[in-house]
Amino acid sequence: MNGPGSLYVAIATRAFRRYSTYTGATVAGIFTNSVFGVISSFVLIAVWRANPDAGGYDTTDVVTYVWLGQAMIMTIALWGGGAPADLAARIKSGDVALDFYRPVGILGWYLAADVGRSAFHLLSRGLVPTLVGGLLFDLRYPSGPWVWMAFAASLPLALLVSFAIRFLLAMTAFWILDDQGATLLASAAAVFFSGLTVPLVLFPGWFGDLVRVLPWASYLQVPADVWLGQRSGWSAVAGLGLQAGWAAILLGACALLLRVAERRVVVQGG
Amino acid sequence: MADPRALARHARAYVDISALWVRAAMAYRASWWMLTIGGFLITGIDFVGIWILFHNVDALGGFTLQEVAFLYGGSGVAMALADLFVGRIERIGQMIRLGKLDQMMVRPVPLLVQVCADEFALRRIARVLQAALVLGWGCTYVDWTPSRALLTGVMIAAGTAIFFALFIGFACIQFWTTDSAEVANAFTYGGNTLTSYPLSVFPSEVVKGLTFFFPIAFVNWYPSLQVLGRDDPFGYPDWTQYLSPVVAVALVALALLVWRTGVRQYRSTGS
Repeated sequence: MNGPGSLYVAIATRAFRRYSTYTGATVAGIFTNSVFGVISSFVLIAVWRANPDAGGYDTTDVVTYVWLGQAMIMTIALWGGGAPADLAARIKSGDVALDFYRPVGILGWYLAADVGRSAFHLLSRGLVPTLVGGLLFDLRYPSGPWVWMAFAASLPLALLVSFAIRFLLAMTAFWILDDQGATLLASAAAVFFSGLTVPLVLFPGWFGDLVRVLPWASYLQVPADVWLGQRSGWSAVAGLGLQAGWAAILLGACALLLRVAERRVVVQGG
Repeated sequence: MADPRALARHARAYVDISALWVRAAMAYRASWWMLTIGGFLITGIDFVGIWILFHNVDALGGFTLQEVAFLYGGSGVAMALADLFVGRIERIGQMIRLGKLDQMMVRPVPLLVQVCADEFALRRIARVLQAALVLGWGCTYVDWTPSRALLTGVMIAAGTAIFFALFIGFACIQFWTTDSAEVANAFTYGGNTLTSYPLSVFPSEVVKGLTFFFPIAFVNWYPSLQVLGRDDPFGYPDWTQYLSPVVAVALVALALLVWRTGVRQYRSTGS
């Protein structure tokens, strides 16, 4: 195969291998994810013991939700990081000028790298904590092939939305040189609005309605609801539509901003 | 170690080094404020999460929101203080890889002081402040007596010392494997998250483990039961509620021993 497609596959494969080098870090991360999964499970079990149908979930649903959340953290780089963080570093060092010279689009290049990274993290820090959770607690699994397929569609959409947000954030480095503050605020927003701290189904009133349609709802709440069968039929389609809509809007914004940035690139010290 | 004059000298060195880093950070004042406010918000989110949980239930593990605020604040202040003063030790693996640790070893200031004061970040004070606010709110619901007030002070000091020991002890893993810094997070940040909730939400075997094997329950749980005037849900005797300082001293001693062992067997990366 010798088209532009094989190039992206090559980029993704290299990214996969790059992340798979750090075995110690991977094992350490799996351990930490599992510890936090256990803590959150017990806290939320206590909540559901006091209110057995809070947010329309039962205890099995919420414990499954917790472990899916731990699995998603690295798979979609929920806190931040991944390939867009490399871009931010290259913008600051000026190396980004080389990226603009390549006969491949910058967005496609970094997306392919992030997909490769995500594939590695799905297999290691996604799958293993889920297995640990399954051994320690009673979890709910997708109830049939349709649910598996819907989840298989929802997962890459979650990655696309998260990638686009991280990419937009990385591009702020074209304008502000110290992006630490913005990065910190962005990860705070992602942790809270994705439902990683507290499932979005527990958020009350209009605020709950709002957070369930924000882009961060695509990170965990929608894929989890598809997995649990909370969203089935048209409701599942609507969930996937929400994710696809945000992915399209945000990736469009990335492409647009990239063109503006290209025009103002100045190689520092060069 | 026991010589008070030497200790004062080390503290002085710590303050000097960290003051240097504070001045450096202040050169980018806008960025400093953004990071400080960001730090305040990011830790504040945790408590907003707890508050949302209480929108769905009246009590968590039999404890009210105000009582949970006291537990959360107590653990949070202790964690944030330890993080402010020694949290930088997390990066020791990076210092080893970059050869920074070797440079530090030839300087006439104790290695531990240099490692902890390196890139001292005053902005972490935001976390202390956030947790203190929650603790303060929790305190307004406590039925105060002089002994309870004293115990609260002792609890914060002992809790800080316990997290101090956890940071140092678990960072030492990196002397052996430089790329598994994250294991320590499970114990430091994990310990903080655990103790932010009433331990009554956990099964009794877990609480037994957190009392005898990984005694994080002494950070806030046992003294708080006394201050809040609650019976121990697991039936441990009352005197456990005054044991935190003893546990803290033992853990700090253990952590310093581990540190010494780590430094003794440390061989430079040779790069």
